[in-house]
Amino acid sequence: MSTTLRPAAASRPAGEPPRGRAARRTPAHQIRRRLTPYGFLSPTGVLLIILMATPIIMVVWYSFMDGVITSDNPAFVGFDNYLEVLANPVFYTAVRNTFVFTGISVVAHFTIGLAFALMLNSPLLGDRTKGLFRALYVLPWLFTVAIVAVLWRLLLNPNGVVNYIFGSLGLTDGQTEWLANPSSALLAVTFINIWAGYPFFMISLLAGLQGIPRDLYEAARVDGAGAWQQFRNITIPQLRPIIISMALLDLIWTSQQFPLIWMTTGGGPINATEVLSTFTYKLAFTSYDFSLASAAAVIVLLLSMVLAFFYVRHQKGRD
Amino acid sequence: MSNGAQIRRTLVAGLGVSALAVVAGCGSDGSAQSDGGDVVLEFSQWWEPELPDGYFRGLMDQFEEENPGITVELLSGPYASTKEQVVAGAAAGTMSDVVGLDGAWVNDFAGQGSIADLSAVMEEVGYDTSNLASEVQVDGSTYMIPVVNFVYPMFTNDDLLAAAGVDGPPQTRGEFADAAEKISALDESTHGWVLPLSLEAPNGVQNDVMSWVWASGGSMLSDGQPALTGNPDVADGAQFVKDLWDAGVVAPGAFTMKEQDKVEEFTNGRVGMMIDSLAHVNTLRDSNPDLSFSVSALPAEDGYTGERGIPYASWGIGIAENSEHKAEAFKLIEFLMSEGPNADLSEAAHAFPGNTESVPDFVEGDEVFSAAFEIYQDGYPANEFVGLPVAEQLMRDLGEEFQKALDGQQTVDEALAAAQEKWEAKF
Repeated sequence: MSTTLRPAAASRPAGEPPRGRAARRTPAHQIRRRLTPYGFLSPTGVLLIILMATPIIMVVWYSFMDGVITSDNPAFVGFDNYLEVLANPVFYTAVRNTFVFTGISVVAHFTIGLAFALMLNSPLLGDRTKGLFRALYVLPWLFTVAIVAVLWRLLLNPNGVVNYIFGSLGLTDGQTEWLANPSSALLAVTFINIWAGYPFFMISLLAGLQGIPRDLYEAARVDGAGAWQQFRNITIPQLRPIIISMALLDLIWTSQQFPLIWMTTGGGPINATEVLSTFTYKLAFTSYDFSLASAAAVIVLLLSMVLAFFYVRHQKGRD
Repeated sequence: MSNGAQIRRTLVAGLGVSALAVVAGCGSDGSAQSDGGDVVLEFSQWWEPELPDGYFRGLMDQFEEENPGITVELLSGPYASTKEQVVAGAAAGTMSDVVGLDGAWVNDFAGQGSIADLSAVMEEVGYDTSNLASEVQVDGSTYMIPVVNFVYPMFTNDDLLAAAGVDGPPQTRGEFADAAEKISALDESTHGWVLPLSLEAPNGVQNDVMSWVWASGGSMLSDGQPALTGNPDVADGAQFVKDLWDAGVVAPGAFTMKEQDKVEEFTNGRVGMMIDSLAHVNTLRDSNPDLSFSVSALPAEDGYTGERGIPYASWGIGIAENSEHKAEAFKLIEFLMSEGPNADLSEAAHAFPGNTESVPDFVEGDEVFSAAFEIYQDGYPANEFVGLPVAEQLMRDLGEEFQKALDGQQTVDEALAAAQEKWEAKF
């Protein structure tokens, strides 16, 4: 059975004036009615303008000036700050490190997150075991970045637990300087970031896995599909929207990671772990060159916007 | 409109107004006038958390009692966050009336015009500066007054030295290298010296590298300009550290090690010698009561007989240029620099007073502090980074190049030349 609702005006004979509440719809009332939604949105709008739009516009403006904040009369210098940032070899080291750090982190977050999510969704494990593993696996996500940094600095200390275990097992000489050696530092901070971030993927993918209809797997089994074929042809396609969303968000977040790197290595040793965020921070807060820092920040913003564009397009595609 | 709808709209309007009030509140400036007409001074510093609980507030209460009509509101946080707060306040013009300063920040804030010229304020109120141990000046004007000074002598682990067959704390670089080698030979996990070179907090360059130069009367500046090249004192000091590194006597992890890691290594008896702040004496005693240690002057070049420079760090104080209560703010500075309160503060902080007349009790009652005070008086406080532009970045620049030299990517001379080039661009 279907019901069709028709507008009240349609049931009124033509030419007859509106009655009741409709009779009060004067032009002023209609304007007020149109403006009401904007009134409701205005607190959010004001906050967005003050907290989001204004700082971004100011930073973009700063990037075209020389000596902002530290000088009373900053001068307009056009793209000079951008040229100076782009001429700095450390900037390219930071870009390369950011790509390595972000790329490895996102792939590892996805792989480990998916593996653990599949395990937690497996019918082979009892509910209690699953609950225990779920609590254990989600643990790294519960620590703040400062705790993660301090924890791993202690663990990876030359006299720390990791070296003791590896040394005892004969895997290393037990004296490895994981964070202080230029050749291992980037991989070490990437490893810490992977450890701290995989639960985000795991939880999201687990929710996705639990939403896949069971009958799809039953039908596949009836058709003779093995575990790998089910995984490739049902699990992955069903999870694809979540995987793409998570991957894009993780790319954006990880490429902007600052506190973990700052608190573990400070961008060193030498420039081994210098990433775009630490590069920009140093320009602003140790060189007090807020103009150059703004130019670097705008470059980072543009790079992030490319990722954000794909994310928004993907989300729109889903809708 | 129904009552429910009216309530909802009122709530939404209330939320909107609250949001605006919150946003507007973010823009208020640092000083305030209370309802009663009293002046409220904001004082941001990192000192309170480093002093015994309630001590600094008590000192402020004493100031308030002696100066009716002035109230002090303390904004306290760790050193790093205070620095960021001060930088942000300087940029936004919302700096607290009175600010705790590090000598490394002064040049930049003075150039920016965010801290007040204290010479002018002192002249205005007729303040006698003869009792001040030091003043940090930029272009001849005082911008910071060191309230208390923390010196950085050499700490030696007496038990490790004895076990290694070293008679006493080394006095010369040669003796130091020899002692470091003997201590490192004790076992695999013990090292002679610890060198923190983290680039996050690069003050190791100042306290643990350049201090070798100052201890032998050298300087990294010439006429106020960088002189890292063509300077035998700096070259010898840097090469000495490189030689220690190559000899394998430096504790591992140096490139990301911070000051607190250095203290931890020494506390746990894993290193025989370190250059560190006197402020950590109680930390060492509390963390490891069995640790037997002593302090002595930094070893100088073999054959050097002149006065030895001893690195120091200060809790400095200044006034914000945007403060509307500069006279009241200076009263607070005057109070902190007066003989009694300055001695008290030095006592609580285990630091040396900024007032030459103040003598804290701990200097006479404790063997370690007494020795340190003697070293302090025999030598001279040396920290050439104080008052330099972007001082922290200068340390980081040299730190990066020096790390490359230690890593074998370049020679010490190349590192100094590269750092000199970076420094010159910043002067």
